Amino acid sequence: MSASGGFDLPGMPEAAPVLPPQPSLSTQSEPAKDPVVVFEEVSIGFGREPVLENVSFQIRHGETRILLGPAGVGKSVLLKLTNGLLRPDSGRIFVFGKEISAMREEDLFELRGAIGTVFQEGALFDSLTVRDNVGYRLIEEHVPDEEITRRATEALRFVEMEHTLDKFPSELSGGMRRRVAIARAIVTNPQLILYDSPTGGLDPITSTTIIELVMKQRDVAHTTSLVVTHRLQDAFMLASHHFNREKGAMEPLPEHQIDPNTSFLMLYQSHLVFDGTTRELVHSDDPFIREYLS
Amino acid sequence: MPLATIDAAARKGVLAVQEYAQLSGRALSNLFRRPFYAADLYTQADVIGVGSLPIVIMTGFFLGGVLALQSASTLTQFGAAAFTGQLVSFSMIKEIGPVVTALMVSGRNASGMASELGSMIVTEQIDAMRALGTDPLKKLVMPRIVATIVMLFFLVILSDAVGILGGGLVSVYMLGQDGSQYFHTSYQSLQYPDILQGLVKPIFFGFIISTIGCFYGVKTRGGTQGVGRATTQAVVVSSVLIIATDFLISRFMIGIFGR
Repeated sequence: MSASGGFDLPGMPEAAPVLPPQPSLSTQSEPAKDPVVVFEEVSIGFGREPVLENVSFQIRHGETRILLGPAGVGKSVLLKLTNGLLRPDSGRIFVFGKEISAMREEDLFELRGAIGTVFQEGALFDSLTVRDNVGYRLIEEHVPDEEITRRATEALRFVEMEHTLDKFPSELSGGMRRRVAIARAIVTNPQLILYDSPTGGLDPITSTTIIELVMKQRDVAHTTSLVVTHRLQDAFMLASHHFNREKGAMEPLPEHQIDPNTSFLMLYQSHLVFDGTTRELVHSDDPFIREYLS
Repeated sequence: MPLATIDAAARKGVLAVQEYAQLSGRALSNLFRRPFYAADLYTQADVIGVGSLPIVIMTGFFLGGVLALQSASTLTQFGAAAFTGQLVSFSMIKEIGPVVTALMVSGRNASGMASELGSMIVTEQIDAMRALGTDPLKKLVMPRIVATIVMLFFLVILSDAVGILGGGLVSVYMLGQDGSQYFHTSYQSLQYPDILQGLVKPIFFGFIISTIGCFYGVKTRGGTQGVGRATTQAVVVSSVLIIATDFLISRFMIGIFGR
């Protein structure tokens, strides 16, 4: 913690330039620079209660954006808007260049094939084995059985859970279920992964394991991701560490470095109050952000 | 009751009917769209049809028996005990067989559907299914609707047969009637409109049971308490609708065929 009450990362460099927001999607730009997710003035409410109001931001290819905010502020709602599970009352949402806020539910199913989602409590199918949970998408695509087992085992090995192939979710601990949920999200190598509070309700050691897996996916597969969390320690660990492939473990980045592809969003009272880099976040003068980080 | 409360309740009711119609319409239109979940359909047919066999056979048998007992005591007063078979077969095939079988299947399966889908809703499994690119209406609702309609149709036929058999056994062994006469009058008095009425009803009842069960399941809110509430509502609403629909179909069929 810094003297000002905020989080301070060791050897924090000067702010990396924030990419200027693009007004609209361009088909002419390089694919690597295309935004994968674009929110334009998105609002949604339930009943008479506004949950999100005029939220605009982008996630570019290869970026990891961490969405912070107090509990009940609408972080999960924003995540569900991103894969079309909810529709905005107003505004537009683009994913892979397609306006999902205007797509029919039937057409969204195909698009969701390229998005992996890790739900808050894992949301594993309790009547299916771990193998069938992880290979669910492959089963739906009528992939041969041997291929499903091979790919499910591979995904489970990534999260170090290959020994649970024939178990049912009820036989697993909370942390193990999250790891299986991550395996299910990555089994088809999605281009975008959405993590909804992947460490919520877990003990610190298990949380670190889960964050390491999120980091591993970021640094090994370079998958674009949106991580919803209210745990600052998880968020800053993602910004200040990287996954060392040779050691097979995460480690702090060298002095004066933070992950350039990891940046932050913060929601408060239905509005997006912060959209910027790690350094900008910790040096923000916004009273709410300072209080939140303290 | 304040006007605002009545207004809110009416709006809620209209909204529920609209959502029910949308769910039913979308689930049925999925019948003709790929992918077709044949394995899920067979599983549901097994759970709903084969699983309901014991209760349907038991209730059908004892209903036939009690019908024979009650009707014989009245018919004997008019010297018409020989028509016991006719009364039992008429009642079983046109009314009691379809309605009681549907109520039994509703109690067992509408509650099962509501609790299963409700639990999946509260644990985000339905959202996970949608996020994984599967349409829950296709995968979960459509097979339940088709399986309930098809299996209830055959369960009602079975219930009718077992009921007439039960009535026959009571007539012969408890009332001392002639078995051949019982079955002869049962068969001779039946006409095609009677059979048709008895076979049309389970199609409507099967649709009601499955769509109401699934509707309350996917509309579940409020955790485990919500699941319990959805289960109760599904059974109550489907039972009332079955009896109300039975009246409408009977009136309609009698209007057309005159019996």
